[in-house]
Amino acid sequence: MGPVTINHYLYLSAILFFIGAFGVLFRRNLLVILMSIELMLNAVNLSFVAFARHAAGNMDGHVTAFFIMALAAAEAGIGLAILVMLFRNRTTVQADDLTLMRD
Amino acid sequence: MTILFYIFAALAVLGGLLMVSMRNPLSGAFSLILSLVSLAGLFAMLNAEFVFILQVLVYAGAIMVLIIFTIMLLNLNKDELEEAPVGALRLVFTALVCAVAAFGAIKVFGTVPAPEVQLSADFGSIEGVGRLMLSDFLYPFEVISLILLVAVVGVVLLAKKVI
Repeated sequence: MGPVTINHYLYLSAILFFIGAFGVLFRRNLLVILMSIELMLNAVNLSFVAFARHAAGNMDGHVTAFFIMALAAAEAGIGLAILVMLFRNRTTVQADDLTLMRD
Repeated sequence: MTILFYIFAALAVLGGLLMVSMRNPLSGAFSLILSLVSLAGLFAMLNAEFVFILQVLVYAGAIMVLIIFTIMLLNLNKDELEEAPVGALRLVFTALVCAVAAFGAIKVFGTVPAPEVQLSADFGSIEGVGRLMLSDFLYPFEVISLILLVAVVGVVLLAKKVI
């Protein structure tokens, strides 16, 4: 095992991002879809921080990661509020049951 | 340090895989916490002290508590957790698309050069990032606070209204 380079972090970031993408595309439970989006955002954060450490040498990537975290918090709050409202009205958390706009 | 990276990376991938495969969203949420905490360890290895603290406090702490609370308060029973059966074709197709995309991304990322960079003494510290955030990134910072305010108002409106 050689020293850890920026590429290792980026590989991990890509793998985590596409695990999250798989969750969004494949799962039908809205809670799991929301959590998969969180995983994707985190994977992007990892590449921002890795680039800041190993390529840029300044802290702009850290500030961007902070902004992404704030956006993720807003997204999680709104998403869960919508989910709670949907559950109250339709008693389901399955994306397949929410076809009002399609039918 | 190298072995630590591989441990954290393996735990992060394991947590992510468990999260997308668990049927019960609560087990999925706990797996996601494993993944997020491992990522916090990786941030610490990248000298990103500030991001590390935020990852533990905000992500593994606040956001995941919000998600777990919602899952527990919804109190879903077995029928409501039952997902429509998926064809093997869709599973294979989705997995294939994601695997090919990940492979492509890894190919591209393999070409990223890794120059030697000189780090300043306060690299990644709370003081350094805070100084940057309130000088160069002041306007994005203000916009983020506005977004959070709008989100808070929106969440309160959405959650209390009976439609």
